[in-house]
Amino acid sequence: MLGLNGRDTTLLVIVAALALLAPFILNPFPTDSGLAQFNAGYPDLMQRFAIFGIFVIGFNILFGLTGYLSFGHAAFLGVGSYAAVWIFKLFTYNVVPAILFSVVIGAIFALAIGFISLRRSGIYFSILTLAFAQMSFALAYSVLSNPKFNLTNGETGLQVYADDPQMFHGDHLPNLPHLFGLSMRANYEMSVGAWDFNFNAGYYVCAALLLIMFYLSMRIFRSPFGMMLRAIKSNQTRMTYTGLNARPYALAAFVISGMYAGLAGGLMAAVDPLAGAERMQWTASGEVVLMAILGGTGTLIGPILGAGFIKYFENIFSKINDNVLHGWFAFLPDGLEDFIVAILHPFIGKGWHLTLGILFMLVVIFLPGGLVEGGQRIGRLFRRKSGKDDAEKATQSTPAE
Amino acid sequence: MGILEVKNVNKRFGGLQALGDVNLSVEENSVHAIIGPNGAGKSTLLNVLIGKLAPDTGSVLFDGQSVLGRKPYEINQMGISRVFQTPEIFGDLTVLENMMIPIFAKRDGAFRMRALESSVNEKEVLEQAGEMLESLNMADKRHFHSASMSRGDKRRLEIGMCLAQNPRLLLLDEPTAGMARADTNNTIDLLKQIHDERDITIAIIEHDMHVVFSLAQRITVLAQGSPLVEDTPDKIKGHPKVREAYLGESA
Repeated sequence: MLGLNGRDTTLLVIVAALALLAPFILNPFPTDSGLAQFNAGYPDLMQRFAIFGIFVIGFNILFGLTGYLSFGHAAFLGVGSYAAVWIFKLFTYNVVPAILFSVVIGAIFALAIGFISLRRSGIYFSILTLAFAQMSFALAYSVLSNPKFNLTNGETGLQVYADDPQMFHGDHLPNLPHLFGLSMRANYEMSVGAWDFNFNAGYYVCAALLLIMFYLSMRIFRSPFGMMLRAIKSNQTRMTYTGLNARPYALAAFVISGMYAGLAGGLMAAVDPLAGAERMQWTASGEVVLMAILGGTGTLIGPILGAGFIKYFENIFSKINDNVLHGWFAFLPDGLEDFIVAILHPFIGKGWHLTLGILFMLVVIFLPGGLVEGGQRIGRLFRRKSGKDDAEKATQSTPAE
Repeated sequence: MGILEVKNVNKRFGGLQALGDVNLSVEENSVHAIIGPNGAGKSTLLNVLIGKLAPDTGSVLFDGQSVLGRKPYEINQMGISRVFQTPEIFGDLTVLENMMIPIFAKRDGAFRMRALESSVNEKEVLEQAGEMLESLNMADKRHFHSASMSRGDKRRLEIGMCLAQNPRLLLLDEPTAGMARADTNNTIDLLKQIHDERDITIAIIEHDMHVVFSLAQRITVLAQGSPLVEDTPDKIKGHPKVREAYLGESA
């Protein structure tokens, strides 16, 4: 179906089902129960799952296939956001032109930065991309925000003001980003028994784009172009002496991943119409690297899992505070309760990075192939019966999932 | 005039004259071996031929066209394929994919964006790759992870990948270095078979005299950066200068 083989079609259908049913799947606990804080089915978080999913799928086309580790991808995300907000300010709150423009701007930046950075490989390439991203951050944070020429509005962040031109804005349209009149904040809450489920327009726009982008990345993975990108990672010497020019292939992958990042940035602005420089900082670039590695670099589904994993734990662990812990351990004697809460304290709330760091270490040490490898191992446990089959497959290469 | 003409090539590395006035002519459809003791300049010469090193002076013509100043991928597109001392293959890819890439490169050139087509629909390329693997007796290994194969199989695959492009000149750099005797003999047989079946020129740089005398129709002996003698294998065997260059090594 759609030019995919059976297994890929199944994968696409699974991802589509997960994306469309996310409001149910992510809200398994009744609203009033103590476990409700583990629910992730609220619009803001679901949007972030989809947006970072797009970001990391694009990143994986570069890093997973060619092996070029970019440490500056947040720059493209940031310029995508600024581009979208400028469209909101100057023309219209409709998200379609804003998103298209952010993809174009992402591509232009990626072309320029990639053209220079790809002259080097390995660690030097990573450092070059990092340098460009930090320069973009500095430009956005201060240089391009002075009274004479204010492109980014510096520290405050770029946002839409009442006196902005908004040439094509009509009175009948929502005063917020919208899709042909449907506000991105439009939300339908469905109550079933003790459960509340949120259906949010912004989320479904992001999810639809996530599916399209996932499908495109699948096609790229299975194409001759994708094979060339894997050849770059595998052996550039052989590639060159086979008559192939590796540079334009790598640049094409870089620009494609920059467009994905620009799209993600545009969507961030579409669900919340402001753009800040901190989106371009190196920590944001590092986060997408973590997502890709955690999920499984070079696999199709891995990066999405990684993005979901990190964004989920970021939200959940940062919400838990000492009071919540006291509630959980109330059954223990007082002294012991305080002791345990004191030990866990650094790992929750603002300390969630610590927890994430430990989880990341565990995954990298025990599952070098990321969460996807974890899934494959579990799958193998269930397929022990056909043990002979597996031994045979182990010597053959498993195509990227 | 030969298919490959090297004229007055000089290359210095600081105080070392790596190549001094090298003149060499490789006849079309011949097997030409370049031998010489360690440090004779064999590898430097090879690197000049494939565009990795620029000589200080002199010219290198392939089929009448200069290869100097061209990038390695452009030289490959002219019809020169190279086999390395340690087999260079795409270790992360399957054997079949390894074989498809050179065929794509031959058909589509150095760069062509085919991002939304599916590799499994490339019937013509798959067919050619399959035939090539068949002729290498590797058809049963097509889905193997190529890094997991033996050295001999990797060498076979690498030679096959070069042949899949129908090159006019095949350059081999010590193709049997570090191989077991059986693998060495297999490689010799494979190269003989290739030369019998195709219109192809083979230039081979080799240490192993068994390989050289089994294959070569013409031999150039390099010593200290310059060609000492060039002749047929029979004449080279008893040549006093050659014996001298190898310091009594049995040639």
